[in-house]
Amino acid sequence: MGKFISRAKRTLMLPAFALVIFLSGCADLVVLDPQGPVAESQAELITFSIIMMLGIVAVVFVLFTYMLVKFRYRPEKEGNDNYDPTHHGNNKLEVIWTVIPLIIVTVLSIPTVTTIFELENPPEVSADTEPLVVHATTANYKWFFSYPEENIETVNYLHIPTDRAIEFKLSSADSMTALWIPALGGQKYNMAGMENTLYLQADNEGEYAGRNANYNGSGFAGHTFEVIAQNEDDYNAWVTEVQESAPELTEEAYVEMLTPGLAANSEYSSTHLDYVDHGTNEGREYIVDQHGGELGEKLHLQGGREIWDE
Amino acid sequence: MEAFLDFFFGEFLVTGQPLIYGAMVSIALGSITVIAVLTYFKAWGWLWREYITSVDHKKIGIMYIIAAIVMFVRGGIDAMMMRIQTSLPGMTFLDSQHYNEIFTTHGTIMIIFMAMPFLIGLMNFAVPLQIGARDVAFPFFNNLSFWSFAFGLALFNISFIIGGSPDAGWTNYAPMAGAELNPGPAINYYLLGLQLSGIGTLGTGINFIVTILKMRAPGITMMRLPIFTWSTLITALIIVFAFPILTVALALMTLDRIFGAKLFTLAGEGMPMMWANLFWLWGHPEVYIVILPAFGIFSEVISTFARKQLFGYKAMVYAMVIIALLSFLVWVHHFFTMGAGGGVNSFFSITTMLIAVPTGVKIFNWLGTMYRGRITFETPMLWALAFIPNFVIGGVTGVMLAMAAADYQYHNTYFLVAHFHYVLIAGTVFGCFSGLIFWYPKMFGHKLNEKLGKIFFWLFMIGFNVCFLPMYFLGFAGMPRRTYTIEPEWMPLSLTATAGAFMMAAGFAVFVYSIYYSFRYAERETQGDSWGVGRTLDWATATPIPFYNFATLPEFDSKDAYVGMKDKGETTYDKSKVEEIHMPSNSGLPFFMMLALFIASFGLVWEWFWMAIPGLIMFFIVMGIRSFDYNEGFHVSTKEIHEIEQAARGEDSK
Repeated sequence: MGKFISRAKRTLMLPAFALVIFLSGCADLVVLDPQGPVAESQAELITFSIIMMLGIVAVVFVLFTYMLVKFRYRPEKEGNDNYDPTHHGNNKLEVIWTVIPLIIVTVLSIPTVTTIFELENPPEVSADTEPLVVHATTANYKWFFSYPEENIETVNYLHIPTDRAIEFKLSSADSMTALWIPALGGQKYNMAGMENTLYLQADNEGEYAGRNANYNGSGFAGHTFEVIAQNEDDYNAWVTEVQESAPELTEEAYVEMLTPGLAANSEYSSTHLDYVDHGTNEGREYIVDQHGGELGEKLHLQGGREIWDE
Repeated sequence: MEAFLDFFFGEFLVTGQPLIYGAMVSIALGSITVIAVLTYFKAWGWLWREYITSVDHKKIGIMYIIAAIVMFVRGGIDAMMMRIQTSLPGMTFLDSQHYNEIFTTHGTIMIIFMAMPFLIGLMNFAVPLQIGARDVAFPFFNNLSFWSFAFGLALFNISFIIGGSPDAGWTNYAPMAGAELNPGPAINYYLLGLQLSGIGTLGTGINFIVTILKMRAPGITMMRLPIFTWSTLITALIIVFAFPILTVALALMTLDRIFGAKLFTLAGEGMPMMWANLFWLWGHPEVYIVILPAFGIFSEVISTFARKQLFGYKAMVYAMVIIALLSFLVWVHHFFTMGAGGGVNSFFSITTMLIAVPTGVKIFNWLGTMYRGRITFETPMLWALAFIPNFVIGGVTGVMLAMAAADYQYHNTYFLVAHFHYVLIAGTVFGCFSGLIFWYPKMFGHKLNEKLGKIFFWLFMIGFNVCFLPMYFLGFAGMPRRTYTIEPEWMPLSLTATAGAFMMAAGFAVFVYSIYYSFRYAERETQGDSWGVGRTLDWATATPIPFYNFATLPEFDSKDAYVGMKDKGETTYDKSKVEEIHMPSNSGLPFFMMLALFIASFGLVWEWFWMAIPGLIMFFIVMGIRSFDYNEGFHVSTKEIHEIEQAARGEDSK
């Protein structure tokens, strides 16, 4: 029986793992392919931890296999199989395998804590320029990006300059959500009545997928946005274009957009911050005052992006 | 009348979903079959006397386990539907709202109504036997706990045909779950279903603390307790400290939703974040409530089938105590991304990583237990052995998640989904299967078929890896959890995961068949020590176990009580020492007490106070009846004990 098991394990487990590893090559592992300094420091921390963890896994797997092979019961070997039913401890070994994990935890803690504090501030590489402030506000199930300095606002997409830190001011009109652009860095929550700050930065021009990562109801899958990272000149040209050609965002139009549902991309030459900031305690009841009974409406999305975009 | 029909078909019954119509039909057919079978075999009286009103810890344990297996099927069907919907981009099998309801019920059911009752069932069955007790400390209360759980389960499960299922995730975060954004009965089902079953869980916690501290047989000191009993004691302590937090949190949100309070709301200065804190203050200890007993089972099983004493007994106990303490100091790691600041996140990163230390000690001690053993591969042992490598994968990815700065990338993704399924399935579910198969012969008088058990094991274990290993990579590919539809680039991995899920389902089907097959064809047990290598007192009893458990008990002077008894030739039936035994009487009152609370809770779900108030009044009336219940139990005569023991032990015991 034991032979059968080890053979079955060999014949079945290896292809299973090989398949998985092969398939993982098909997907684009965006978290491990960072496009900015924040995502890069996180990817470094992740890679470091993966290597450490693979080491631990290897040690346990080797010991485990050894025990199974060596101490499998073989009736023919009874008598000289080193069996000891009362063997029950070894203080030296137990101290060793308490201390080693403690050392590993310490080794992991140091880069973790330094990176945690590092991410509380804008990336050091762009310390010589002021971060670009963008208020990112969610309302079920869309994104509003307000640029207070430029006095423009976009819905469900944003343009950012490369090589400059973006200081996102996160808040929500209703449910708790999270701004996540995996290529540029990890997420943080948007919450009603309070404001979070998240620093991200793009090194390379390009389009990146962004989304709300925190489940917030029936439109969650569609609660995404696009990030267009451009060099400074292109970015400035875009800002000027929006300032000149886009309509103003009236409070009436904004309130209309706050009803639960998906929305098309759009842009405006003013921001909703003129009449409400959901990130303040005064702003947190705004949506309930405006839409009291309608906020419980549920969407029944079907089929995925291509289909509900039509 | 028309208004009533509008309400009945518009709001009360869930309509318009073919899948739910299918479920309604199968529930109706299933219920009719059960009723018909019970009536045909005239089994109603038997069911009432032998099970529903039973205060016997063994029967209560079996009822918990049956309920848990039924819920495993329910939660498993939810899981399969989710896997089908996310196997290909553009699937229209489920719409977004329906998918949300299904992942919510999947999570809630698997944790609250599958994992916990499964383990509580095994504790109920084995712990009093392991410590040489006749029953738990409060048998009536034990039956009450079961019915509180069972009616909570019923309340939560009817939601999908009556009124609609909760859809805010098993975490039920405010303000999404509040009345402003989510009106209607659905979330009320979550709040009251968990509240009702939580009474029972808390009761079980109290019951087992007292049982283990006060009802041990002479000579079984604390440091000689079987390790599963230790894990139960520590779990019970966590329950008693953690569950009141859930009770309060649920009550507060019930006040919000049904009575118009503003505790977690957007309007009126509510504090939605307080819900997340309260939820995880309970929720993190909760995951240790479902893992520590599994650790205990693995310790028993590995030691039994390696035919050796447990390695590092004391370290195992201290490790569990430390894990229990740390479990209350890590809850913020569930929302590192809330923006609490560098200091807070660093603190909770480190406390979380520290849990790896006692857990690592336990892993090495299990390996140490195998060292110099004689390992055989019976099915309980296969599950226990598979636990080690699979759980280690879950454990190390848990450490990765604990690193807050990296967690900002993992949070809310499939990486997290993969991690907690690796620990909950390889830990809790493997533990439940291992324990059930291990004690099955003591429960039902015959073993489960080993060959079918091995097919089940390999299908399920490999399927589990094929299903969840790709999910780590999906996390790195940026796939968020709880999304009902996938992007094309996630398809290869997601489809692989679905294939794995089907393997697990096939394995489980083999298991269900093996229950039937073994019931029909398995050899009946003739002696108490079913596996021939039992170490603890549970194996010293006769099979079937007499309702009073032990006729007599020797004085114990070492760990592994039954090993010592075997060496000395002692049994739990010493003819010269048999005395009358005092046993508690069965009672139908807990059933009616909890039925009353079920009616009251159902009324509250719909905000029908005309129903809720009489339900509560009925509850207090039954409580009053209980106060005047002077039944002191009954005595088993020595003659009857001799008859039972000799029948169970065969001729040579005469």
